This record gives sequence, C-alpha cells and structure tokens, in this order.
Amino acid sequence: MTPDIGLILGIDGIATGSIYVLVGLGLVLIFSVTRVVFVPFGDIVAFSALTLASMQLGRMPGTVYLVATLAIVACLVEGAHKWRRGQKRRIARGLVGYGVLPLIPAAIAWLTAGMDLPAGLQIPLAIALVVPIGPLIERIALRPLADASVLLLLIVSVALTFGLSGLGLLFFGPEGFRTKPLTSEIFRFGTVIVTSQTLLMVATAAIFSLLLFLFFEHTLSGKALRATSVNRIGARIVGIRPGSTATLAFLLASLLGAVSGILIGPTTTLYYDSGFIIGLKAFVGAIIGGLVSYPGTALGAIFIGMLESFASYWNSALKEVVVFSVLIPVMLWRSLSLPQVDEEDAEVEG
Amino acid sequence: MTRRAGTLLAIAAIVLLAAAPFYVASFTITLLNYIGIYALVALGVVLLTGFGGLTSFGQAAFVGIAAYATAWLTTVEGASPWLGLIFALALTVLVAALLGAVTLRLGGHFLPLGTIAWGLSIFFLFGNLDALGRHNGIAGVPPIFVGSISLEPTTAIYYLIWGVLAVATLVIANLLESREGRAIRSLRGGVVMVESLGISVFRIRLITFIIAALLAGLSGWLYAHMSRYVSPAPFDLRMGIQYLFMAILGGSGHILGAVVGAALITLLQNTLQDVLPHFSRNGEQLEVIVFAVIYVLALQFARGGVMPFALRFLPSRGRSAIAPGAPLPRRTMPPGGTPLLTVERLFKRFGGLEAVNQVGFAVNAGEIVGLIGPNGAGKSTVFNLITGALASDDGKISFLGQDITRAGQRRIAEAGIARTFQHVKLRPSMSLIDNVLLGTYLRTRSGFVRGALRLDRAEEMRARYEAQLQLKRVGIDADPYDLAGNLPLGRQRILEVARALAADPALIILDEPAAGLSRPEKTALAELLRGLRKEGVTVLLVEHDVEFVMGLVDRIVVMDFGAKLIEGTPAAVRADPRVQEAYLGSVA
Repeated sequence: MTPDIGLILGIDGIATGSIYVLVGLGLVLIFSVTRVVFVPFGDIVAFSALTLASMQLGRMPGTVYLVATLAIVACLVEGAHKWRRGQKRRIARGLVGYGVLPLIPAAIAWLTAGMDLPAGLQIPLAIALVVPIGPLIERIALRPLADASVLLLLIVSVALTFGLSGLGLLFFGPEGFRTKPLTSEIFRFGTVIVTSQTLLMVATAAIFSLLLFLFFEHTLSGKALRATSVNRIGARIVGIRPGSTATLAFLLASLLGAVSGILIGPTTTLYYDSGFIIGLKAFVGAIIGGLVSYPGTALGAIFIGMLESFASYWNSALKEVVVFSVLIPVMLWRSLSLPQVDEEDAEVEG
Repeated sequence: MTRRAGTLLAIAAIVLLAAAPFYVASFTITLLNYIGIYALVALGVVLLTGFGGLTSFGQAAFVGIAAYATAWLTTVEGASPWLGLIFALALTVLVAALLGAVTLRLGGHFLPLGTIAWGLSIFFLFGNLDALGRHNGIAGVPPIFVGSISLEPTTAIYYLIWGVLAVATLVIANLLESREGRAIRSLRGGVVMVESLGISVFRIRLITFIIAALLAGLSGWLYAHMSRYVSPAPFDLRMGIQYLFMAILGGSGHILGAVVGAALITLLQNTLQDVLPHFSRNGEQLEVIVFAVIYVLALQFARGGVMPFALRFLPSRGRSAIAPGAPLPRRTMPPGGTPLLTVERLFKRFGGLEAVNQVGFAVNAGEIVGLIGPNGAGKSTVFNLITGALASDDGKISFLGQDITRAGQRRIAEAGIARTFQHVKLRPSMSLIDNVLLGTYLRTRSGFVRGALRLDRAEEMRARYEAQLQLKRVGIDADPYDLAGNLPLGRQRILEVARALAADPALIILDEPAAGLSRPEKTALAELLRGLRKEGVTVLLVEHDVEFVMGLVDRIVVMDFGAKLIEGTPAAVRADPRVQEAYLGSVA
C-alpha cells in the first residue's frame, strides 16, 4: 500500500465513519434515555435513502404505507391504553399525536407522488416521512415494556428488526437503489482528491453533532433528556414524563437516522435490509464509547469507518468479518477498564 | 394430577415418540428430526438465558462451526463421522472458551450485542472461505454409521436425534439440581452476593456458556449428517435469533421449554408456509412479520412462555423429605480471645465524600461486636470493605493473621468470613433450601460432571441435611421448598443468616439482621447469636435497635461521619456524651 492509497482509504474511511457517527449518536441517545438498545435503527437509515430514491424515480415511496400501517397500530395501542385507564378524553389527543401528525408528510408524499419536485423539496419531505417511524415503533412495541430490564428490551428490539425487515421487503421490494448524487464537485489538495460528497458527509455529521450538543446544553427539553439518562426515577420525581422524553429521544434519533440515509444514499446501493449492517457497525462504534459517551461514540464510529475502508482494500469479501470481529478486543478492553457493576436486572422472565 | 399419573404421562409420551415412525408419514418424521435438532440448541439457550441470565443471539454460529467442522473432516479428509463428532465438539468448545473468556466479564447487554456481531462474522466467514466451498457450502457429507447400520434413512437418524436430545435434557436437569447447577441458577440477579459465597461468577458463566455451545455443536453435527449438506444460510444470525425465541416462547424457566418452543416455532413456520401463500403473494415477508408480532406480543404478555401454562396441567415435582445425613466437615474455630479481625486506618472515598475515614478496630475470636452509628455513618461501607465487596483506598485488613485487604470476595469467603446484606440479596425464585444450600458451596466439592451424572448424591444429601439444620436453627424450616420471595422481608433477612451459617464461618458479619423482625423474633435471633458465640463463632453486626445491641454484644464500636467515635463496652458507650451528641445532637 502506497501512502497515496492510504490517504485515499483514510478519507474514504472518514466519510463512511461520519455516517456511523450520526447513526451511533442516535443509538446512544435512545439507549441513554430509554435503555433500549435499538437494533432496528439502521433500518431507518436505509428506509430514508430508499424513500428518496423512490421519489427521484417518480414512484410513490413505500414509506407512505409503512408509516400509515405503523400509525394505525400506534393509534390502536394508544387508544386502548387510554381507554383502559379511563382517560377517554385524552384519546383524541393521542390520535392526533400518533395518527394525524405522522400522516401529514405521508399525505403530502401521496398527493405529490409522480410529480417532479425539486431536490430541495424532495429531501426534506423524505426526511419528514421517515422521522415518525422511530417514535411510532417506540409507542407500539417498547413503551408497554418501559420498565422491563435492558436485556428484555434488547430482545424485543431484535424481534422488531425481524418485523421491520419484513415490512421493508413488503413495501420497498427486493431491488436495490442508489440515489442521485447530491453534489459532484471534486477538489484537489495537491495530490489528494476529495469529493464534495465526502465534504458534505463530514460537514453534516459535524453540524448535527454540534446541534445535538447545543440542544443538550441550552434547552430545557435537552436537559430533561440528560436528566433522564442520569437518573430515570429522579427525573420522574421532578416531573419529567418518561413517555414524552422517550418520544423526543426517538424523534431526534430518527432525524439523525433519516439524515444519514440521505447522505449515504448516493454512495452505495441500498436494499430494504441494508440498514441492519449499517446499524450494527454504528453499534460497534457506540460500544467503543461504552454506549454512554457521545464523544467516545463519535471517535469509535470514525475508527470503524477507517477500519472498514482499509479492510475492504485488504480483502473486500472479509471486511464485515474484520469489522465485527474487532468488537471482541473492544469488549475485552471495555471489560478490563470498566468496573464490574452489580446488575440486578439480568432477568428475562417478568 | 398425582405424581404417578405424571410418570404414566411421561412413559406414554416416550412410547408415542419411539413408535412414531410406525404410524406417521415420513414428512412428519423429517419435521420431528428438525424439531429435535433445534431443541438441542434451544436447550442450551434455556440453560444460558433462563437459568444463567446470559443471553446469546449467536448459538447458530456454534451449530455452524460444528456442522462445517464435521462436514470438512468427513468429506475432504474422508474421516469417520464419529471422528467428525470429536473434532466438531473440540472446535466448538475451543471457540466458545475463547469468546467466553473475552466477553463474559461484561454482563447485561454487552454479551448479547457481542454475540450478534460475532454471529454475523462467522456467517460471512463461512461464505467467503474457499476451503469451505464459499456460499455453495460442502455437499456429499456421509451419513452416520453405528457399526454396520446406516443412519441414512430419516427414520433411523430420528432415533439418534431424539435419543441425544433425551440424554441431554436429563443431564442438564441433573446438573441444575446439583451444587454447580445452583450456582448457575444464582447468576440471575447480581453478582456481589454470588461472589460473597465463594462462587466464581466468571467461571460459572464460562462453563455454562461452553455447555450451551456444546449442545449447539451436537446439534450441528447431527444436522450435517442428517441433511448431508452444509451451506452458510442455516447458521445465519436470523437462525441464532430464532433459537433464542424458541427458548423464550417455550418457556426459558423450564428445561422442557426448549422442546416445546422448538416444536411450536417449527410447526408454526410450517403452517404459515402452507397457509400464507393463499392470502398474498408476499407470503415469505408476511411470515417474518407474523413471527415478529408473535415475539413482541409474547414478550409483552407472556414472558414466561408456554411452559408455565402447561405446568398447571402437569403434576408438580415430587418434594422428597430431607433425610438426615452425616454432617459436613466443620472448620476448627480459632481459640477464644485470640485476635481474629484487625482493621487499621481504613479509608474509602466516594467522589468527594469520605465515607470511611481512618477507621481502625479489632475483633477477637468468640466475641460479639456491634458497629453502631447514625444513618450514613459508613457502617455498611466498612462491612463491604472487610468482605471485599468494595475495594478500600487505603488501610489494612487482616483476618487470622492473613492480609485480606486486596483479597477479593471469594478469597475472603474461603478464609472463613460469611455475611448478610443491608439490602437483602436472595434469589426470590429459588426455594429456601436452595438459597441456604448456596451457602454450603465452599464446603462441598462436586463439580459439573459429577452433578450432571448424579455422582454427587451422597455429598448432596449431606449438604441438604446441613441446610435444613440451618433453616431449623433460625426457625424458618416449616416449608423448605417454599420460594424465598414469598417470605416477608424480616424473615428474608433471617434466611440470609441461615445461608451465612451454612458456610460454617469463623466470623459472621450481619448487616442489620433484626430490621423488620417482631419482638419475639428479635429475642430468638439474640438467643441464636449467643448460641453461636458459645460454639466459638465470632459475630460482627450493624444494628439500629440499640436495645437489641446493648443486651447482646460484648463490645461496641461507634462510628459517625465516616470516622470512629469511640469503642468500648455497652455501658461505657451508653454513658459517653459524644455518642449521645452524635445520635441526639448537642445537649448544650
């Protein structure tokens, strides 16, 4: 390997890594606030890219049906929950939150299907379509188990991965898509070539990380999320509602996922089930950060991007093996550096 | 239903299964073969998840390693399938031991996440190695021969599969009722208590993980020689996840849950594949979605799986009365009055809080010493430092002349210190007798193999008798098979005392043993502790009931704000103005 190739691979790795940064931050956000290891998160990334691809092809994105299905189920779950608790007057509010709001972008997409919208409209619409998926899934499958152990929540989230991949195949079909490039300039710095796509990916990751940081530091909602992740019961005592923090966490994470999907769409062909691997790679990055640290996750994610880039140069067939195997030494290092915690919740049965 | 009816039911089930090839279609036998092969893997998951509290999504990879190992050895090298079995199991154990050694120190969600990742890498590895035929796999795997009998026909290998499954189920059931099996069952719900009994959590986890991998390996070997062909697809992560759900759906808290779950999912899958195409051309997608919905609903509404429902119709297991046995060997107590425990300049800081500051005191053999002080004085922290549950920042602790400052919980337990906890740490879903039996762990020797083969019965009988004696001694021997979680909190504390006594300690450390007890119960506890003193057992206790302490102990150490205030006889302490000030505030 010459230094030139090394440099190219490095730049490539940073670009891929910046996607993993966004996805990893979303995973840590969800985990720290709700204790859910949200395995299907990668699917949101893939769905967002596939949504944009469908729009660019002038088709109706399968996301419309996906969101509609999820919204109907969420409304039923929410309605039944409120009905049982005798809060009949609140049912209407639940229906607006879980039914009407997510369906607004879906309705717009449905009405504009086939129209040749400019990219400046298509992209925000694609993101708006995908963002409700996270909170809807939370309401349907995870909130009823909000007090269960981390392990149980993880098992549920793995089951959800199954379900989402099935829904993905149903609504997006088996073909792969690649979206049109967002930009196509090429910059030369001496002998180094950097595409504007790479710069866009890195810059977006940086901007969203910064926004997330500002949100946590300077807004009341952000502080509520942080408080919940430090101490759930304490946060509840001071009046922070666990349900709304969970919704907010999933909403923000979904946004990060959707943006990642838009960014990764033009660089690789994505299938309905490509998200799983993307999500898992981001997980490896997040585990490097111990699933709790945002900066640690960002560094871990960049490392995974680099590793993937160099591994695919060495042997492209075995790059996944390399990336996932690196988790083993990472966990060894983690297990030696973290103090043993006495986990009282290693229970599966209720 | 009586126990006898239960036995008859079991015999009927065995006869029905054994005669199956004579009355069902060969397709059904094929289905049963798959159920048996899946159930073996699920059995490992039940042991791992349901009993050991560890979760793995990667069992399919172990199945794959074994299947590929035997396929490669028997086709490329032309070896006998029986050699293939040895090779497959050896390789599985090796990989499991390596992976376990790395990941099992991390509890909770890291292990399952790790198994997802490594399940994926193994799958990609199978599909990309030339020696293993890449995605085409290895064809032409020979059938198994027993002597000159070929197990090629579906109905022949059926007997091998279900025979192996029956033996494996029996062995695991035996194991769970043995000394190491109790240690496995104690893993769920926190490691501090387990280590305080001298049980190595890491060792037990590792061996449990290896046993589960071995069962998966056996299944892989059977699979390779049954289907005569291996390719990566049956060992992918999806299958690994499915094995976990077989165990959960069947009932991960019960050994038969594995078979029930494997049968349930296999049959359901079969039915869906028949039915769904009639409704939609997207049958395959719908199948996945239906399973996901079932899994999520099961986890929300029936986490125990099917077995708890089925068990209502089955007879409860026989509870044999506990027979008297020879007592377990006891340690020689150090002679009364000799220095037993010495604590010097002990120091512990939590962030900015000096929880324990330069505390020093000594306890002599045969004494009852009370540690008292207002809430937050650092008493429980001192106990945690002495027993090794916390590491001290500075100072020295010696026990019987041995420096145990950095010894760790297990070595301290071996040295002869047993303890109870301020916040009760029991296994509520285990019986009283099993909880107390955990205390005898260091006094008994039977390992995994002896337990699995029931060679441990003589020792087990003695241990059970010992445990029963301790239950009787603390006065909760009415129903030794009642679950610990059914006791009121005060009695749970007493159960912890019985568990500590079962370890035959030289020093017993009790953290608020009388909290939550009624007055007569407190009197009985005081009597018990006086009796222990007569036997030469030394007692160190924290207690808030001043009357209880004053009437019982030989000496008192008073702590306040992390430091030792004074030390002396109950009368001297009672008279000391500093103590009055610490408890009541300044008089002046």
